[in-house]
Amino acid sequence: MAEAIKNKGHLAHAGHGSHGGDHGHGHDHHDQEEMKTFGFWLFLITDVILFGTLFATYVVLRNNFAGGPLGSDLIEMSGIIASTFILLTSSFTSGIALLEMNKGNKKGLITWLIITALLGASFIYLEVNEFIHLVHEGANIGTSAYWSAFFTLVGTHGLHVTVGLVWMTAIILQIRRRGITPVTKRKVNIISLYWHFLDVVWIFVFTIVYLMGVM
Amino acid sequence: MWDKIKDFSSEFFVTGDPLILGAQVSIAITMVAIVFILTYFKKWRWLWTEWLTSVDHKKIGIMYIIASILMLFRGGVDALLMRMQLAVPQVEFLNAEHYNAIFTTHGVIMILFMAMPLMFGLFNIVVPLQIGARDVAFPFLNSLSFWMFFFGAMLFNVSFVIGGSPDAGWLAYPPLSGLSGSPGVGQDFYIWGIQISGIGSLATGINFIVTILKMRAPGMKLMKMPMFTWSVLSSCTTIIFAFPILTVTLFLLFIDRYLGAHFFTLDGGGNPMMYINLIWMWGHPEVYIVILPAFGIFSEIVSAFSKKKLFGYKSMVFALMSISFFSFFTWAHHFFTMGSGANVNAFFAVTTMLIAIPTGVKVFNWLFTMYRGKLSFPTPMMWTIAFIPCFVIGGMTGVLLSVAPADFQFHNSYFLIAHFHQVLIGGVVFGYFAGLYYWWPKMFGFKLHEGLGKWAFWFWNIGFYVCFMPQYALGLMGMTRRFNEYNFDMGWQPLNVVSTVGGFLMGIAFLFQVWQIAHSIKFYKKEKTGDTWDGRTLEWSIPSPAPMYNFARIPVVTEQDDWWEKKQRRLRGEADPPEVAQAEQAPLEPIHMPRNSGVPFVMSSFWFIAGFGFVWDWKWMIVLGLGGVIVSMLVRSFTYNTDYYIPVEEVERTEAAARGAH
Repeated sequence: MAEAIKNKGHLAHAGHGSHGGDHGHGHDHHDQEEMKTFGFWLFLITDVILFGTLFATYVVLRNNFAGGPLGSDLIEMSGIIASTFILLTSSFTSGIALLEMNKGNKKGLITWLIITALLGASFIYLEVNEFIHLVHEGANIGTSAYWSAFFTLVGTHGLHVTVGLVWMTAIILQIRRRGITPVTKRKVNIISLYWHFLDVVWIFVFTIVYLMGVM
Repeated sequence: MWDKIKDFSSEFFVTGDPLILGAQVSIAITMVAIVFILTYFKKWRWLWTEWLTSVDHKKIGIMYIIASILMLFRGGVDALLMRMQLAVPQVEFLNAEHYNAIFTTHGVIMILFMAMPLMFGLFNIVVPLQIGARDVAFPFLNSLSFWMFFFGAMLFNVSFVIGGSPDAGWLAYPPLSGLSGSPGVGQDFYIWGIQISGIGSLATGINFIVTILKMRAPGMKLMKMPMFTWSVLSSCTTIIFAFPILTVTLFLLFIDRYLGAHFFTLDGGGNPMMYINLIWMWGHPEVYIVILPAFGIFSEIVSAFSKKKLFGYKSMVFALMSISFFSFFTWAHHFFTMGSGANVNAFFAVTTMLIAIPTGVKVFNWLFTMYRGKLSFPTPMMWTIAFIPCFVIGGMTGVLLSVAPADFQFHNSYFLIAHFHQVLIGGVVFGYFAGLYYWWPKMFGFKLHEGLGKWAFWFWNIGFYVCFMPQYALGLMGMTRRFNEYNFDMGWQPLNVVSTVGGFLMGIAFLFQVWQIAHSIKFYKKEKTGDTWDGRTLEWSIPSPAPMYNFARIPVVTEQDDWWEKKQRRLRGEADPPEVAQAEQAPLEPIHMPRNSGVPFVMSSFWFIAGFGFVWDWKWMIVLGLGGVIVSMLVRSFTYNTDYYIPVEEVERTEAAARGAH
């Protein structure tokens, strides 16, 4: 069905000829942004596989403590629960940013994106603190297979969030300069997809690594 | 000071082997020569603006193909060195260490730096033209993919003269590839070379899925797509599910080596078999990734040179897609001997045998396409016909290997070596050669010399059987892979000599191909029609080589094999359907094109720098490299002026020139 509509659009477009020039350019642009969003969905599939592999590795190695400390010995759940709520809230605020964008409110969009980024930054701050705490307590990446898998899985998620922060900052600057255009709109849509995705991954990290592994 | 430099360089450069010294000298001479030629003919700017920064899928495709042919040469020399060593028992032409390095680099280069880029080259050149598009979905990303591959391959290859080659086998099983088994830098070159080019492959997978799903000419429904495009879609789908596993696996191996983690170590609770599972969860789909497009190429060629529609189009599509699905459920057949238990082995044996069914369907489809067709036998068709029996034998020995209890005998013997070379050479290499000969005129606007091509064809084919048939027997006689020496009394020498002769016949075949290309360039004869083979699909409806924008007007498609049907209609004197005619007569419009960009080249070279830094653990270099990567990404993100329009007058000029050549 969608196919048929698309074809019709093309045919009509081809028929328009000379006076359809500007319309044509707009149409190209629209397709471009749509394709980029679709491409990003495919990228997210690859990222699902990437995390899936890390989760599988963690699950295989979860009992290999090799005489070192157990996860439940060292991990403090209060901090984890706090950072979970922070990240979940940041997903919510990025949703509000999107709503503001669709209303055409540039200032609201920027404000909510900044709030999202700040929440993300505090998540990272808590995670780094947790890691420092663990290393002080004697669990680093080389302690045992369990800790290797733990730090790699959680750290890869953290790295993703950090990349998201840099990226979001770049997008905020672009919106400030250029306003809400089809291009910046697509960029915000994509970063918010990414952000929600990281939230979903975190829910799995929280369940599998922390709830099942620690409690 | 002088001693320090001497110490450093003796560790940095590989020294003490005359073969490698020869290579170092020739690499240095070649580089000086290239720099001299570019400077003398004032070609630097041309190189930069026309090639290094190009986002044109046709040029990127050509660069992929050039790089892959160079890699074929290097991988081939590796193979011949191994065959020379094995021809005579108990000699040390290559010592054990050198032999290990050579079989490792041979495998990696042939699969990842020869087959993959040759495949991507053909994707790039053919897919947009076949579906009536003006470029791929993400031209910038496409260029980035190429340069990531290129710099990854360079990083891998440089290990040969700097630091030392990896020598733990092409899939680098730990604990041998871990820090305890391979303390040198070779294994780090392996990790980073493959990692960097792997990111490029992943991006190409995404790029072509979007291109195929979103950019087809109006009217080209999925079930009207050319079969090669279908095979690219199935291959790319496999890529996006398989390559992230490789990325993670190599990353974990790297963390083991660099940060002392315990994923795959023998101590600290690590589990080396985890690596072997993971690497084959990528590795098995990977071999289907490279073979599926070859199936697509054969389908195109067999139909074009039988002058018949492909037999069983739907079953072919189904076969392609089901192979790409089942490819993810066979990985454990690479280690039946690991001891996973009878049930696990039975499962993987059955899934492996299942793959033979869709493959068999394809073989029958090709045969029935030829049945009662109007056959002709130019070189692309010859490769196709040679492929069928070769692949059938290779496939059947594969079924033998999939029988888990029997595999305890075959495992890691020359029987296995012969099997996978038969499917990879007989399938992938023959397929890509067929594709290269078939689409060469579309790329360059002239045909390759047929006579020399036939010489190359026969040398390749005879050489192939002479080289690999004896290896099946050697395997059954007990010869295992990866040994550089054997004793006289094993009785393996006669067959090994035969095999070596076969290897050299293939080497001669390669020389014929080089001669063929040189000869065809020297006696350049413009291929004027654009439709060299009286083809069936859209790429043959435009001039050769295709103009920069491919299609001046985007065609409207109504049939499968649309171009062929259109030609038939015209021969019969019938009118085109109204929407087709309307699209053809529509006035030209300005054409929307992506702008060239230097960012992919620069960003990938920063990846190279970062990779090199990680290999040697030079912190400043790591920071420089990764910093450069981040800055490059931001530069791109802040660049909004990424496309432009070709004005109608220029399109008219280009089209007139192309038609004038008729």
